[in-house]
Amino acid sequence: MLSRTADSLYWVSRYVERAEYLARILDATSRLTNLPSDYGGAGTEWQSAVSTAGCEDEFAAAYGEANERNVCEFLTFHPDNPSSIRNCLAQARSNARAVRTALTSEMWDALNGAWLELQRFEKKRMDREEFARFLDWVKNVSLVFDGSAYRTMLRDDGYWFSRLGVYIERADNTARILDVKYHVLLPANEQVGGSLDYFQWTTVLREVSALTAYHWVYREAVKPILIADLLILNRRMPRSLAACYESISRFLDALGDAYGRQGPAQRHARKTLATLNNTRIESIFQHGLHEFIEDFIIDNSGLSNTIFEQYLQ
Amino acid sequence: MVAFDEMTGSGQELRPAYDALDRWLKEAPPETLALRRSQAELFFRRIGITFAVYGDEESTERLIPFDIIPRVLTKPEWTRLEAGLRQRVTALNMFLADVYGAKECLKAGIIPPDLVYRNACYQLEMVDFQVPHGVYCHIAGIDVVRVDADTFYVLEDNARTPSGVSYMMENREVMLRLFPELFATHRVAPVDNYPDQLLATLRSVAPRSAPSDPTICLLTPGQYNSAFYEHSFLADKLGVELVEGSDLLVRDDVVYMRTTQGPKRVDVIYRRIDDDFIDPLVFRSDSVLGVPGIIGAYKAGNVTLANAVGTGVADDKAVYSYMPEIVKFFTGEEPILKNVPTWRCREPQDNAYVLDNLEKLVVKEVNGSGGYGMLVGPHADKAQIESFRRKLKASPEGFIAQPTLALSTCPTFVASGVAPRHVDLRPYVLSGANGISCVPGGLTRVALKEGSLVVNSSQGGGTKDTWVLDA
Amino acid sequence: MRIRISHTIGYDYAEPARHITQILRLTPRDHDGQHVMSWRIEPSIDGRLRAGQDAHGNIVHSFYADGPISALAIRVEGLVETIDLAGAVRGGPERVPCEVYRRDTLLTAPDDALRAFAEEAAAGAGTPLSRMHALMAATAGRMSCRDASGRSGVGAAAAFAAGEAIAQDIAHVFMACARHLGQPARYVSGYVAPSGGLAAGGGAHAWAEVHLDGYGWIGFDSANGLCPVDTHVRVAAGLDYADAAPIRGARQGGGSEHLSVLVAAREAGGRQPAQ
Repeated sequence: MLSRTADSLYWVSRYVERAEYLARILDATSRLTNLPSDYGGAGTEWQSAVSTAGCEDEFAAAYGEANERNVCEFLTFHPDNPSSIRNCLAQARSNARAVRTALTSEMWDALNGAWLELQRFEKKRMDREEFARFLDWVKNVSLVFDGSAYRTMLRDDGYWFSRLGVYIERADNTARILDVKYHVLLPANEQVGGSLDYFQWTTVLREVSALTAYHWVYREAVKPILIADLLILNRRMPRSLAACYESISRFLDALGDAYGRQGPAQRHARKTLATLNNTRIESIFQHGLHEFIEDFIIDNSGLSNTIFEQYLQ
Repeated sequence: MVAFDEMTGSGQELRPAYDALDRWLKEAPPETLALRRSQAELFFRRIGITFAVYGDEESTERLIPFDIIPRVLTKPEWTRLEAGLRQRVTALNMFLADVYGAKECLKAGIIPPDLVYRNACYQLEMVDFQVPHGVYCHIAGIDVVRVDADTFYVLEDNARTPSGVSYMMENREVMLRLFPELFATHRVAPVDNYPDQLLATLRSVAPRSAPSDPTICLLTPGQYNSAFYEHSFLADKLGVELVEGSDLLVRDDVVYMRTTQGPKRVDVIYRRIDDDFIDPLVFRSDSVLGVPGIIGAYKAGNVTLANAVGTGVADDKAVYSYMPEIVKFFTGEEPILKNVPTWRCREPQDNAYVLDNLEKLVVKEVNGSGGYGMLVGPHADKAQIESFRRKLKASPEGFIAQPTLALSTCPTFVASGVAPRHVDLRPYVLSGANGISCVPGGLTRVALKEGSLVVNSSQGGGTKDTWVLDA
Repeated sequence: MRIRISHTIGYDYAEPARHITQILRLTPRDHDGQHVMSWRIEPSIDGRLRAGQDAHGNIVHSFYADGPISALAIRVEGLVETIDLAGAVRGGPERVPCEVYRRDTLLTAPDDALRAFAEEAAAGAGTPLSRMHALMAATAGRMSCRDASGRSGVGAAAAFAAGEAIAQDIAHVFMACARHLGQPARYVSGYVAPSGGLAAGGGAHAWAEVHLDGYGWIGFDSANGLCPVDTHVRVAAGLDYADAAPIRGARQGGGSEHLSVLVAAREAGGRQPAQ
């Protein structure tokens, strides 16, 4: 297939996944800040949402203060934020339109319909309730798109590139949440105890929709080290780094088999997967959670570049 | 000026072709028509068949209005039309081969040489170059208008990258879905074999060095081009890759596509990029849409471009006025399709007449397209006429003029109900190594404003399905 | 006159380029007024160099090179013997009818000011030849010539409005006017050897040629206000600069590029055999 087609399929998935991620961050942050101040954090939740979305510089240029109104506006519809929900969906649709025929009509309908609907939301003045509905709608767009890709695409290279986009982006998103929130997961904070941190921890879980999963997996009270274990190493948890890399490696192998040639991307993914499989959470904490996450983010974006060089240019 | 109506003729009697349709229109309640129209619109919006209007910042993607009442042509009408189209396109191809080769028609004085040589569309790169299989204009769109029961005029030849064929096909698709009962009572010649014919045409003109199963692709300027939907539609129906300039690379005069499995050689390119933008090393160096080196590959005989480079010299409006002589010179036959009588403003007597009669005439810029740079005298105000008068005096060679034709009308479903509106027709004619083909009908464009003669989609025109009855 | 030419066009790329394609119009042909005794084109990197001809009969080399390429220099060396024919160009390759050279192009389209200037300059001159001489004198009087290094052309109308231009655009101004007056005119790129009477010289240069009935093609160098003599080496001709440019190129990757040009054209001493 054309390299550009594969590239667009890859990015369509990444943008849709990112839009959903932004909606989750906003949703979880709203919950946290709505708590009575006794339970809340240090009042920096909205700044932390901007950091988690990875657009601190752009935000600082557009606004001064990180309050609810500014952050919500910036992460949803702001034209100067290349990674706003609006721009993610616009980019997804624009990429999709350029390779229309490589998508199934169900996938196109999901994106094109979302794009038309988005313009209706954009024109409205939204109160809190309406805003919550909007965030649900964004998550739903991602579900529908993902579902139609899963249910309608031929299982060939187009599908594999599209899936690679999903999992590379998802791994990046999960890692970014950990990167911003690592300090609340560190043992030092655990000793502080109390309700304050509990709600910070559950926010992390909510951002990856894993609160229920946590209880099923660990059958224990929420503990920072187990949260990190769930998000990094637990292969049963679909947003964990290990689960993402299991998929990435599988789809890269499928490409390698179909094309009859393995390359640097396959080797890179296998190496990262092996690291995730052979590491215990205690040793990650021992060597530094923050450093581990930072290294992972760089490594993950390195794989994205390798995929680009091997297939997409 | 009373226009000929294709359903009722000049008077009140019903023309036989429209018999059943007329009955159906009388029986169908207006609500049903309105409902069907909104269903049709929904269909078009859902599939994303849109076009962009130049200079329209606000909404870059618009829907072309679709009229649900089909336009009907009888088999004998079509048979004669088709014969005329074949003759015309044959002559266009022979003309192109001649002006880039032996130049017999210039030597014979059929057309003034400076019209060819000074024309910016006459591409010097093509002089004495043998195009693969001798075909220049693989895909032509010939705009035809009708003025009475027997007379069709060619309004314009489109020999570069004519668009609109996707509307012809999608219009039929939506009609089949919405009005199956009409197709049961009419024997309508199908148009859905167009992509097969196009593919066969493109395959037939592959370079002789190409494998028996040549690799074909469709080259688009990209998704911001007004016809992008059509490019993607056709690539899909043809089963070929839709490529942008940056997807192609040239190495040692061979064109390749960049694929996930490395470079893949390309043999035939159905290009929807204008000459000026196709190769920044040869034409406009500021083009980012094109492929550096593609002209070198073309001239080395390693790839076929369809249409060929330089076909624009044949559809120039100034050259148009000589088409009857050109047809006669190259085919030895009388032209079956007439030209609209045309005044050549470059000739002083003609220009004097035009200047005296601006309010009656249609004046066209020879390099304009799509209804831009055009004066429709009877519908223009004083200021517009005076502005054209100045232009005509300053550079008469840039214009031609034609009488305001009473374009035929067809029943059209508008706000006030069913009413006659002016139409034209663009049939698509394919020329390959094995001859010419043409699917029955084409794209009917309709001026939706009452009395308007401008059918261009950029100027408030719509489209209709075109039926050639097989009985 | 024997003129030795040495011309190096160097490109430095900010990051390595993956592929480079260039079209070179850097090789002169013989005509009655010049004989090419020796000529060489040497790219500084490995690649494929193929010779051909363009529509105007110019010798064209296509150069293809695969990266990574961080710098490229095209080096041209040659020796040409010229004769003063008072600007007449005969015995060259004439591939397209001269009517073609009456076309306006992007770089030579006249505006009202240029048209008025052309008409005024030519008023009073009797024959087409004297009209062109009058036009050349008027152009030379009106336009001052700037050194070309580090500057690129802007086209006839903008150059005329500015009143000063590089030689390339002075040629465009002259051509726009000549075409407006009904004469076929073409752009010529080449070299001039320095000489006492020349304002612009000693390197790469551009001028125009006009086709006159009864005379054929005649050169007009408005930047110097004279018809080319044996100081001029004619390399390529076309509808305008873009059509006859010494190098047109495209590349993949490479980032921004830095261009450096070294050119020398000077009278070769003695009668030693060319080598």
